Amino acid sequence: MEKLGEIMMNYYMEAKAPPEERGNRKIAWITSGGPVEPLIAMDMIPIYPENHAAMVGASKMGGDLCAKAEEIGYAGDLCSYARSDIGCSIVNGGPINGLPAPDILVCCNNICGTVMKWYEVQARYYDVPLFIFDTPICHTRFSADAKQYVINQFMEYIALLESVCGKKMDMDTIQEVGYRAIEAQKLWQAILDTTTYKPSPMSAFDAFFHMALIVTLRGKQIVVDYYKNLLAEMEQKVANGIGAIKNEQYRLLWDNIPIWYRMRWLSKKFASRNACLVADTYTSAWAGSMRYVNPDDLLDSLAEAYTRIYLNIGVDQMAEEVIGMIQKYDVDGFVMHSNRSCKPYSFGQYDIEAIVKKKTGLPTLIIEADMVDERNFAESQIDNRIDTFIEMIESTK
Amino acid sequence: MNVIKKMQKIVNQPDEYAKQWKAETGGKVVGTVCSYAPVEIIQAGGALPFRVFGNGGNVFSFADTHLQSYCCSLVRGILNQALAGDLDFLDGAVFTHTCDSMQRLSDIWRMNAGLGFHEDLVLPVKMEGNTAREYMIRILEALKTSLEGHLDVAITDERLGHAITTMNQVRTAILQLDQARITSPSTVSSGDLHMAIRAAMIMDPAQWLDMMADTLSGLTNTAGDNGPSPGKRVILSGAVNGSRGIHDFIEEKGGAVVHDDMCTGIRYAHGLVDESMPPIPAITDRYMHRVNCPSKHTGIYARGEHLVETARATHADGVIFLLLKFCDPHAFDYPYLKTMLDDASVPSILLEVEDPFVFGGQAATRVEAFLEML
Ligand code: SF4
Ligand code: SF4
Repeated sequence: MEKLGEIMMNYYMEAKAPPEERGNRKIAWITSGGPVEPLIAMDMIPIYPENHAAMVGASKMGGDLCAKAEEIGYAGDLCSYARSDIGCSIVNGGPINGLPAPDILVCCNNICGTVMKWYEVQARYYDVPLFIFDTPICHTRFSADAKQYVINQFMEYIALLESVCGKKMDMDTIQEVGYRAIEAQKLWQAILDTTTYKPSPMSAFDAFFHMALIVTLRGKQIVVDYYKNLLAEMEQKVANGIGAIKNEQYRLLWDNIPIWYRMRWLSKKFASRNACLVADTYTSAWAGSMRYVNPDDLLDSLAEAYTRIYLNIGVDQMAEEVIGMIQKYDVDGFVMHSNRSCKPYSFGQYDIEAIVKKKTGLPTLIIEADMVDERNFAESQIDNRIDTFIEMIESTK
Repeated sequence: MNVIKKMQKIVNQPDEYAKQWKAETGGKVVGTVCSYAPVEIIQAGGALPFRVFGNGGNVFSFADTHLQSYCCSLVRGILNQALAGDLDFLDGAVFTHTCDSMQRLSDIWRMNAGLGFHEDLVLPVKMEGNTAREYMIRILEALKTSLEGHLDVAITDERLGHAITTMNQVRTAILQLDQARITSPSTVSSGDLHMAIRAAMIMDPAQWLDMMADTLSGLTNTAGDNGPSPGKRVILSGAVNGSRGIHDFIEEKGGAVVHDDMCTGIRYAHGLVDESMPPIPAITDRYMHRVNCPSKHTGIYARGEHLVETARATHADGVIFLLLKFCDPHAFDYPYLKTMLDDASVPSILLEVEDPFVFGGQAATRVEAFLEML
């Protein structure tokens, strides 16, 4: 089985090669929740600044790059994916010395409004076209008006890609890409679902690692192959009763984006207390709205699936989803990362916490930190709070 | 100026005004949180659109159990008032989609405040192009239908037309006052104008026009008589400004705020609704064409070009940015706006503020130094 690190390295190396060495394929930067299928169908190379920013964070290079953006006037409380990316563009920093310059920017606001402002910054910096794929938030419902609006934009999006690439979109190809993306998403969900077994064969920390492909390359065969193997591996572990941690006593649910620069520390910390983060609200976002996809009516149903993702719904609906996960994965506690960087993910968490407590009685823990900017991490305080939280679970179990 | 004193009182105690209006008219009061709320539709339903500001001071004891400290003070302040019971006179609210913080405020309000009906107007983020325009027309139509239910009245084109005319008069009046200040800043103090605009966001527009009538007719007589600006001319740019302190300070120091690009300022009045068009498309087009807020998109240089152009047209010597702490949309735009101003040789400074903005201390020292430097 090809290693994930190798796949990702090849992907970035190809993207960073001079245009003639990558068959003059165009580069599109796209937000993590954006519709990538048309890009793959047009044989463009999609680049995900958010995935790259997560790598920056995991390499503990976030603070420095964020500081670069702050030096040129960006406020220190802006999303650290955006800050580190803006800093990275200027100095070509980070673990792979910067991303390849885009030919086009595709910004889908189904995750936040921040991405629009961030991509505007980059559209000025790189002087390339910016397509905003506007997916109205579904506070309480997904209206027919919103659906029509999103479908219309799908057509505009495709027309723009055709003009950037100087060729027509092949509708059969986009169908095929769409089917492969669906297959990958189903496999990804199946992988995440193996953690319903006890002991759980993998933890959320593993999911944070393996998710890179569903984010960046869904629609490609390599993703389907990789996840098939991964699923088989997890099923084998389940069959053999091998858990992600040695002694799984407590099962936890994680909310919000990982604290990338503290993954190892956190995973060791929880493992040392015999606690396994078996599921999370983040990695499931790439499969969560699968229920809306209809293979026979692909484009229209994708419009719905892209609009109704986890972050683009009301807080009360998010709470319902969380409760669904609590039941499905049979967890003993709920850990929330109050992430200073991500306002749409974090505001509303207190309400979700209250609803969860009321409806399930589960102990909850809120850790305040930042996903990429390691300057915002109070280790000893968080260490203590985790201990107290586990003790609380012990006393209630 | 007696009228301004009255308006100042209304701005300081908006709840008193709204309660009295209700008692007198028997009408309903509908909360709004942003200048993208289509007030004409609410007014055509016979209700009072009431702009909620973060008047809550800097203690957010009610909001703190729902929102983290890294949320902007405007959103925390609005929620705090709603939960503290300060807005109990509201019959409902219309939330317009702008930034991430407002988006979540809408949810949290809906789930906890219990203040009548709740409408989410999920505007397009693109204020350009036919696709977005068509969508916006459809959702405004849908809002109209919902409001007809909540307010129990048929919102006819005739009623809409009337509301549009009245609001156009309010906006024209504000723009006239603004123009008078650009020509001759001593005509009306910028602090007074600031108060008048904020009062317009709370008051019944007909009442506001009535109150302002003398001031406005006086304006036509005196405009241009007072000669050019005595001192340095500045523009304010940012989101909300909940106090007149900075206006008065600049005037005391011999300068003048000749114009602004603020939600609580001229941006509220910018652009008129075309009265010859069908009402809903006309309201839509006003939003599509007026100067946008940074949470909306109309091209990647639109706001910068507008600011530089305004600075030129108003002969401004400098720009003061009032950046609300934790306000993402404005914070993302600030660096490029500053660069464009630098390139046009317009000096600027950045003040980090909270809502309400208690002006003084270090901010005052910096503004004073800036005025001297200009
Ligand atoms: S982390 Fe949050 S604010 Fe930043 S880009 Fe992602 S969804 Fe948007
Ligand atoms: S635009 Fe800025 S000031 Fe206005 S609510 Fe959003 S974050 Fe707060």
